[in-house]
Amino acid sequence: MSKVVQFDPHPAQAAATQSPLHHVAAKPAVGETGVTLTERAFLDHLIVRGEPGVLAGAVEAVLGLELPTQPQRLARNETGSLQWLSPDEWLLIVAGGEGFRLQRELREALGEAHFSIVDVGGGQTLLELSGKHAVEVLMKSTVYDVDPRHFPVGKGVTSVFAKATAVIRRVDESRWELVVRRSFADYCLRWLLDAGEEYGIAHQPTQPAVASHRQTVTDTETVS
Amino acid sequence: MSASSQTFRLAPKAGLGGEIDRDKPLRFTFNGKSYQGYAGDTLASALLANGVDVVNRSFKYSRPRGVVAAGAEEPNAIVQLGASEAAQVPNVRATQQALYEGLSARGTNGWPDAQRDMMSLVGKFGGPFMPVGFYYKTFKAPASLWMTYEKYIRKAAGLGRAPGESDPDIYDHMNRHCEVLVVGAGPAGLMAALTAAAGGVRVILCDEQETFGGSLRDRDETIDGLPAPEWARQTIERLAAMANVTLLPRTTANGYHDHNFVTLHERRTEHLGDTAPMVDGRRRSRSRLHRVRARHVVLASGAHERPLVYAGNDVPGNLLAGAVSSYIRRYAVMPGRRLVLSVTNDHAYRAALDWQAAGGEVVAIADARANPDGELVERARAAGIRVIAGSAVIEATSDRKGHRVNGARVAAIDIEGFRLSGEAEVLACDTIASSGGYSPVAHLAAHTGIRPVWRDDILGFVPGQAVDPVKGFSVVGGAAGVYALPALLEGAAVKVTQALAADGIHVDASEPPAVESIREGEAIGLYHVPHDKPTMRAPKQFVDLQNDVTAAAIELATIEGFESIEHVKRYTAMGFGTDQGKLGNINGMAIAARCLGQTIPETGTTVFRPNYTPVNFGAIVGRHCKELFEPERYTAMHQWHVAHGAKFEDVGQWKRPWYYPQRVNGKLESMHEAVARECLAVREKVGVLDASTLGKIDIQGPDAREFLGRIYTNGWEKLAVGKARYGLMCKDDGMVMDDGVTTCLGDNHFLMTTTTGGAAAILEWLEIWHQTEWPELEVYFTSVTDHWATMTLTGPEARNLLAELTDVDLDRDSFKFMEWREGVVAGVPARIYRISFTGELSFEINVQANYAMQVWESLFAHGNKYGLTPYGTETMHVLRAEKGFIIVGQDTDGSMTPEDLGMHWCVGYKKPYSWIGKRALTRSDTRREDRKQLVGLKPLEADVVLEEGAQIVFDPKQAIPMRMVGHVTSSYYSPTLERGFALAVVKGGHKRLGERVYLPMADGKTHAAEIVSPIFYDPQGSRQNV
Amino acid sequence: MFHIYCPYCAEYREEEEFHPRGQAHIARPADPEATSDDAWGDYLFFRDNPRGVHHELWVHAVGCRKFFNITRDTRSYAILETYRMGERPTVTANGPEAVPSATATLTGALA
Ligand SMILES: [Zn+2]
Repeated sequence: MSKVVQFDPHPAQAAATQSPLHHVAAKPAVGETGVTLTERAFLDHLIVRGEPGVLAGAVEAVLGLELPTQPQRLARNETGSLQWLSPDEWLLIVAGGEGFRLQRELREALGEAHFSIVDVGGGQTLLELSGKHAVEVLMKSTVYDVDPRHFPVGKGVTSVFAKATAVIRRVDESRWELVVRRSFADYCLRWLLDAGEEYGIAHQPTQPAVASHRQTVTDTETVS
Repeated sequence: MSASSQTFRLAPKAGLGGEIDRDKPLRFTFNGKSYQGYAGDTLASALLANGVDVVNRSFKYSRPRGVVAAGAEEPNAIVQLGASEAAQVPNVRATQQALYEGLSARGTNGWPDAQRDMMSLVGKFGGPFMPVGFYYKTFKAPASLWMTYEKYIRKAAGLGRAPGESDPDIYDHMNRHCEVLVVGAGPAGLMAALTAAAGGVRVILCDEQETFGGSLRDRDETIDGLPAPEWARQTIERLAAMANVTLLPRTTANGYHDHNFVTLHERRTEHLGDTAPMVDGRRRSRSRLHRVRARHVVLASGAHERPLVYAGNDVPGNLLAGAVSSYIRRYAVMPGRRLVLSVTNDHAYRAALDWQAAGGEVVAIADARANPDGELVERARAAGIRVIAGSAVIEATSDRKGHRVNGARVAAIDIEGFRLSGEAEVLACDTIASSGGYSPVAHLAAHTGIRPVWRDDILGFVPGQAVDPVKGFSVVGGAAGVYALPALLEGAAVKVTQALAADGIHVDASEPPAVESIREGEAIGLYHVPHDKPTMRAPKQFVDLQNDVTAAAIELATIEGFESIEHVKRYTAMGFGTDQGKLGNINGMAIAARCLGQTIPETGTTVFRPNYTPVNFGAIVGRHCKELFEPERYTAMHQWHVAHGAKFEDVGQWKRPWYYPQRVNGKLESMHEAVARECLAVREKVGVLDASTLGKIDIQGPDAREFLGRIYTNGWEKLAVGKARYGLMCKDDGMVMDDGVTTCLGDNHFLMTTTTGGAAAILEWLEIWHQTEWPELEVYFTSVTDHWATMTLTGPEARNLLAELTDVDLDRDSFKFMEWREGVVAGVPARIYRISFTGELSFEINVQANYAMQVWESLFAHGNKYGLTPYGTETMHVLRAEKGFIIVGQDTDGSMTPEDLGMHWCVGYKKPYSWIGKRALTRSDTRREDRKQLVGLKPLEADVVLEEGAQIVFDPKQAIPMRMVGHVTSSYYSPTLERGFALAVVKGGHKRLGERVYLPMADGKTHAAEIVSPIFYDPQGSRQNV
Repeated sequence: MFHIYCPYCAEYREEEEFHPRGQAHIARPADPEATSDDAWGDYLFFRDNPRGVHHELWVHAVGCRKFFNITRDTRSYAILETYRMGERPTVTANGPEAVPSATATLTGALA
């Protein structure tokens, strides 16, 4: 038996999936649209923990990303995004179904070193916020300084969001991402729609999916 | 109502009424009467324009009161705003409230109404009947009656009232961060903001007034060749055009908190109407709380003029000198016809000059100084105004009702000797304006603990040094006691430049603006004007108009032995409540000092506290109300529970199904009926519980097992891969803090479950030990609570149902109790744990939460024939209690050891490492035999369900107070046992099985119960092992 | 409302992101079984409450989740320094020699 077990959560056959916000209907802005809120559900989210010196090589080899070791940095490429959460903790977000393969490749590359990779994809979802008033909506929601002068593209932080918490990232000049926990997603969405009302906020949900996200392996073998 | 009714409005003239728009008349009502004003008016200026003298009744003596000031320091004109019940806003200063069409306001005080004021009787004879400390002395004894008195006193005193209906408006918060926050947009504030903005840093400039400019709005000087008001306008325009500058008018800095955190209250729509107007069909907040974290705070809050304390100084028609100028210049309102001015300084002469220029009669200026000689004094004399040197108004006389000043008694005074030095002369007039100098507005600085210090040169308190100087705080302009325009502008620029330089930000010091200045003579201190009678017998001389504190009251307080100014404040109520001593504090302290034979600095000042002016609850709450009051956490099956009629229980922030009432014969089941049905379904067939809320922590690393051994009370060395174990956690004091099942996934890989409420705290608990005590252990913890959806399938038919949906071999010998397997359930990859919290055969199915509904619905699609029943937390509680399984936090309260709970089997005394809690379990107190121990209770009457929390006694016949020996922790009706049963803690209970105890109840009944084992059902545990 | 420099995130963050966890530098006795009842009681229950310089344990709960120490003046609430686990304060009431010895640089916890 292996020392750490990996688990592919995605069904081999088509299965119904529900995002944490599946029950909230699309809503156009009243009047001019100042902010657009879009859920990007069904991505694979992994928490990677270890010392930077242990992880950097494997991360570079498998993901093609330089491990961000500066606090609050967010690295991105076509594979996905990798965000510094703590001196020994990163958030990796990749396409739905890619997580299991990448985790296995990382584990193989890391061998017997001390590290941890945990699939948390079912536990959180990603909301994208864009539009000319996105920053003001964020200012109403988080105590962190989101002024673009202080929050350049490529930065990401964990902070207070309303009475919950969120990972807040700025992915380009006009787009922000919020990573929120599944159980708080409904609260966070309702908060955002309320806070954004005066700017005209549109909400675009993720379409209900009936798909297999399992793209690489069909067994649930474990690796060490 | 026509504009001509505004009998105190001046005819249009250049330099007058620059802030009103005569083309935009507005209608409003006050105390039910209709009036007209103009756009740009405040409620106060519009009332004065209409000749409304009495705007309120005073707080304690119910005396008629009129407008005194023109800003936030107004003590009298405090109104209740709102045309409808839902729009009621109490404690609004009429001097700060912009007029809008349809505004409706009432004076705050006076009950049952202003006309038939019951309290005026007290006011009239108030002298002897309501001395200082009146409430303390009269109504506090007997204490039990205070509750009764208070209701009427509060009502009569009228502190404003909250709306009786739900507020239709919304409110919000905005978090802001900046390098420089400038509080106050007068000359110093504008200069500070300009300087900081030139450095390219983020600047926020706020001012509580409708219009920026502060004293520049009423000044005569020219700046850079422009009249002061025009310079202010152009400067504001420049600032508004800069991207790094945020201007917040109508915004009061109300609280200055630690580390340069300042709360600003922005009134966004209060000037537009009773409720916030919609914009393009969208709601916007009525007011907003800005939570500002600033690198530097520049306090430019200016100074408040001090009124003089003389007899009758509260009668309508007594105003501050500066307010008279403001009303004339800003609003073209002259609040009277014949003015007597009483001053101690040059600056206040402007009131008389403005009055005369506007066409009013200045009867005289009483100047307390022997030889006034400044430029403005000369101007007044040149204009033919009579200046009576060395004198003051010692008393205002009034009409019979006290509704308006009708004369001023002026006499020569000896300030040092506190007596008159000549006969009083009576001057007929309808208005008395006074100025006793200026008090820097040091309130905000005091919020952070900075004590104000007295300065003899400016006769006022300025913010002093903090115990440890607050980084990034400067005071400029009037708030720092700098009043002369050139010095004030230059000082503001220099201080901001220096502050930024400390941060390495260079600002090009441009030339300060050229100011034509006015030579002013020296001012004199006068805090209490003597009267021909001694203070105690003179007509009332008010120090604090809002709280009705007189000079005599302060004198009496010192005579009665109050020597600390903080005690005098509390005894007299001076500077209490929404007033915060804006006008009266300095005079009051100076009077106390004189009575105590001390100097003002020896007496000191009281401390000001947030908030500077009242903030409505809406702004404090923001959008944290109604459906956004608290986060509601949902599981992946939440919408199904809603659709199936579940009643929910709040567990922490989670919404958990409590029970699922069914419609039986057209009638919805009661909770008791639903729970009974759900319990029997589990015991006899199969039930399913949404257990997703349990905390789950993924633990990886070579030292994971060692770590578990240190954190749990029981052993983990031998737990094989594929197996699970119940674990108990203690704090290091030996008391149980959490429990749960932890599974060995791999040699270096465990999944810990925690209680629903303990999830976040336990993760932090693991981290604190790892990070602070055992960093050498190689282990990582990651929360996976939300990742997994968990469905507990339990009951005799659980295996048969699950077998239809999974490829996992569920045979009792290949998949044993306390083991886990991986497989597919309803097409979805799953981990199945064979653990039981009900005592029945159970399988806990875990899948990635996005796939939860596919599995949940498949269970029901196949479950009908097995009688599958969803059950909620109440049934879960009954079933676990029947088995004697504890709930941490219900059956424990932070004072129960594992042994108190009878869980010796879960304590590994022989483990090599001295695990958390072990050492404390051998302390003498934890070894006591009479500790409260967990037992079962069987009520003698089967249908009795004991009250949770009920106290237990051994002898029901003893005298009250009885000796209590324990209490009920969990109690239910068991449909399976067909009787009530309970878990309880009882002193020495483990050795008392079979004994009888009693539970005396509040209604006089006493229940009897037998102490039994806490395991009421299937004590051998055979049912979960099938 | 404190503004706290997290030594791990290397920037100032708002107090809402942090939890205080009591006095810093309380080491769990290395051999609990050899520790007297009195000494164990001291470790469990007794804490300093100085007027002035105080060392406190905090956690950046909504952030990097790391524990660290704060030296704070309890009179002015000024934070004089923050430092990582395993490090020693540079500001103390009686100078650096007054800081607990090496074994105590790891901070014990008792909630
Ligand atoms: Zn941090």
